[in-house]
Amino acid sequence: MRVTVSETVSETLSETVSGTVSETKFSVGIDLGTTHCVLAYAELNHDGEPNSPEVLAIGQLIAPGQVESLPALCSFLYLPNEAEFDTHQIQLPWPQAHSMIGNFARDLGNKTPNRIISSAKSWLCQADVDRRSAFLPLHAPDDVQKLSPYQVSKSVLQHMQSAWQQQKPDSPLHEQQVVITVPASFEPSARDLTLDAARECGLHNAILLEEPQAALYSWIAQNDSDWRQQVTLGDVILVVDIGGGTTDLSLIAVTEEEGALQLTRVAVGDHVLLGGDNMDLTLAHVVNRKLASQGTRLQPWQINGLTHACRAAKETLLADNDTQQVPLVVPSRGSSLMGGSLSSELTRGEVSQVLIEGFFPHVESHAKVQKRAKSALSTISLPFEDDPAITRHLANFLTRQQSALHNIPGVNVKEQASFVHPTGILFNGGVAKATGVTQRMLEVLNNWLLNEDANPVKELQGIDLDQAVAKGASYYAQVRDGSGVRIRGGTAAAYYVGIESAMPAIPGMEPPIEAYCIAPFGMEEGTQAQLPSQAFALTVGEPVQFRLFESKIRRDDHAGTRLDYWDEGEITELAPIEITLSAEHHQGGQVVSVQLQAHINELGTLELRAMEQQGETSWKISFDTRN
Amino acid sequence: MELNTSFFSRIAIACKIIFSKAYALSLLNPETSSVQAIEDGIILEPIETVSTLKHTDQESALQLLAILQKEGRLIDFINEDVSAFSDDQVAAAARVVLAGVKKALYQHMSFAPVSDTLVGNNIHLPADFDKNAYRLTGNITGSGPFNGTLVHKGWKVADLSLPQLADGIDLHVVAAAEVEL
Repeated sequence: MRVTVSETVSETLSETVSGTVSETKFSVGIDLGTTHCVLAYAELNHDGEPNSPEVLAIGQLIAPGQVESLPALCSFLYLPNEAEFDTHQIQLPWPQAHSMIGNFARDLGNKTPNRIISSAKSWLCQADVDRRSAFLPLHAPDDVQKLSPYQVSKSVLQHMQSAWQQQKPDSPLHEQQVVITVPASFEPSARDLTLDAARECGLHNAILLEEPQAALYSWIAQNDSDWRQQVTLGDVILVVDIGGGTTDLSLIAVTEEEGALQLTRVAVGDHVLLGGDNMDLTLAHVVNRKLASQGTRLQPWQINGLTHACRAAKETLLADNDTQQVPLVVPSRGSSLMGGSLSSELTRGEVSQVLIEGFFPHVESHAKVQKRAKSALSTISLPFEDDPAITRHLANFLTRQQSALHNIPGVNVKEQASFVHPTGILFNGGVAKATGVTQRMLEVLNNWLLNEDANPVKELQGIDLDQAVAKGASYYAQVRDGSGVRIRGGTAAAYYVGIESAMPAIPGMEPPIEAYCIAPFGMEEGTQAQLPSQAFALTVGEPVQFRLFESKIRRDDHAGTRLDYWDEGEITELAPIEITLSAEHHQGGQVVSVQLQAHINELGTLELRAMEQQGETSWKISFDTRN
Repeated sequence: MELNTSFFSRIAIACKIIFSKAYALSLLNPETSSVQAIEDGIILEPIETVSTLKHTDQESALQLLAILQKEGRLIDFINEDVSAFSDDQVAAAARVVLAGVKKALYQHMSFAPVSDTLVGNNIHLPADFDKNAYRLTGNITGSGPFNGTLVHKGWKVADLSLPQLADGIDLHVVAAAEVEL
């Protein structure tokens, strides 16, 4: 990743503030999901209670020349060959460069996989690729004009914006209070890229919200003022959000402020690339093996059909009922349905064996996530998790975050606790529709708690698993300036730059690196870190690279803390920042001494500035991958 | 499209009236009363009660067919010779059709029973009951109100919505031929 420095200091801030206009009529929540996007909105009620959000039906191609409005937009983008369609077959009711997003795109991609872009959002947070460089679809044929993960996110957002514009022509989206959700585990540059995409769509007012928080807001909205009866001071709510492609974990504590209950987000988990799609695919492979043992070999296209069939079967078999087996049929491709179709079945036993024991096994609370040795030969691909056990990822998260509650007023922590003891749990995402999954997670978690003499968790219920994030975001946009409850917490990580230690050079050895804290854990929006004393000598007009690190567990470091040692896994390296300081009133090539200051802007994203030590100049360093 | 249809059907009706025997006669003999005409054995076409028929829009029918084919393979299914396959094969295909057609229909409309009375129970219909929603069968006499037994609860469709259509799309192709390269 490359980082450039823009010339002046507070341009984005002033723009944001002056951008607040009086025409704002709606609060809009946009869930830019890995597999599905949803937009929810509500009319702003400036004096009274927040309105409950409703979902906007999003127009999208479902067949050549046919546009249908559906409650969700699949986050798939198809890049057709010129000869594939006539222009009028793939036009939308609004001008759009990449019109094939949504249902039709997904269907085409099933049959022509090398022209479909899926999971662009997962690429957005891969620090080891340039997210502004056009490399998707990975294995596209030569005639495809590839797109970058950033461009795909922007196109999807543009599509939703146009769909809104068509239905609400008098209330342009950029004049509304827009909240876009991101995974809690999104690192600063991925957040920045998301906001940048929004800005390029003209949504200068858009702010970000973490998805698990949005889910909890949705629960609050659903329960109205009654939520205060359902939780008490000192409660710790674990949000488990298992989407199509990712699993996102957050801990939110119930605290108190001036006598009223408040919520504080105290920890977020790592980005786990594991979701419902992995489960459906796994089931499909089980059935595939079963068919193979009967002498039937499936073609690749049949696996797709099988995966769809497995998804539906999974939901039936893991629901609270007595169904023991579900017949599965893989329809033929040709027009003879009876002659060419394959049938098999999936039993309750298979689903619980493969899915429950595979993805949600009983593990100990101190279980470690298993890593596989990396193959030396590997092509560029998304780093899917080596360990499919979500319960192990959960154990890992709760154990690592053991100290998360130590300084939270109102929360009592058992001294002998070896992991964070949640008192409540909120499930979100499509996977949670299978009650067998949530039951197993509750069992596992309650076992851990029982072993440490803690009470079982209470399940918070009632949210719409597909739409809660968008609805919660819309609710948040309403209460953000008003009297409603807000989840506080600030940044969920501390940030560091790497400094090479001053020591004599040893041939063949990289000098050890020290981590220098520039932004402490829990910085609230609108605040800036104390200016650290460490100065960096930068040459004006030349690119300089910094290594950037984050820690989701070191809560006590302050700006200026210098670490020469840390435990494994305590600190993670992010994509480096490359800065080129524009000359301003310096000569090109001149060396200036700067201090790095971190600031969390009003939008809740991290900003870095290089401040000249003796002088007035300061440069904003944005996480920008453009050259 | 709908406008045109009804416009043309209106012309058709107008022609029908103009060329009808009774209308021609009434033009020839303006003083002939209708009573006289009936007595003379001429059947008058009562202009006020002529039904205004229109062709329903075929596009939505084709759209729905295409959707049912895509999701539920309905056209493939009904065009197959059932006798050539075993019951197992037919059953497997039927599952695809049932699941797909159901999903497709529920995605585009919602269904509600006309009557909430349980089938087999007594039902009371007022004299001015909705004749579109209820059909009387069996021993029908008198002018109502009616008491009877509910034999079928009826269905009504709500929230019907079909995809919007771009100009120049030939919907008669309800499933494109697929060619793998």
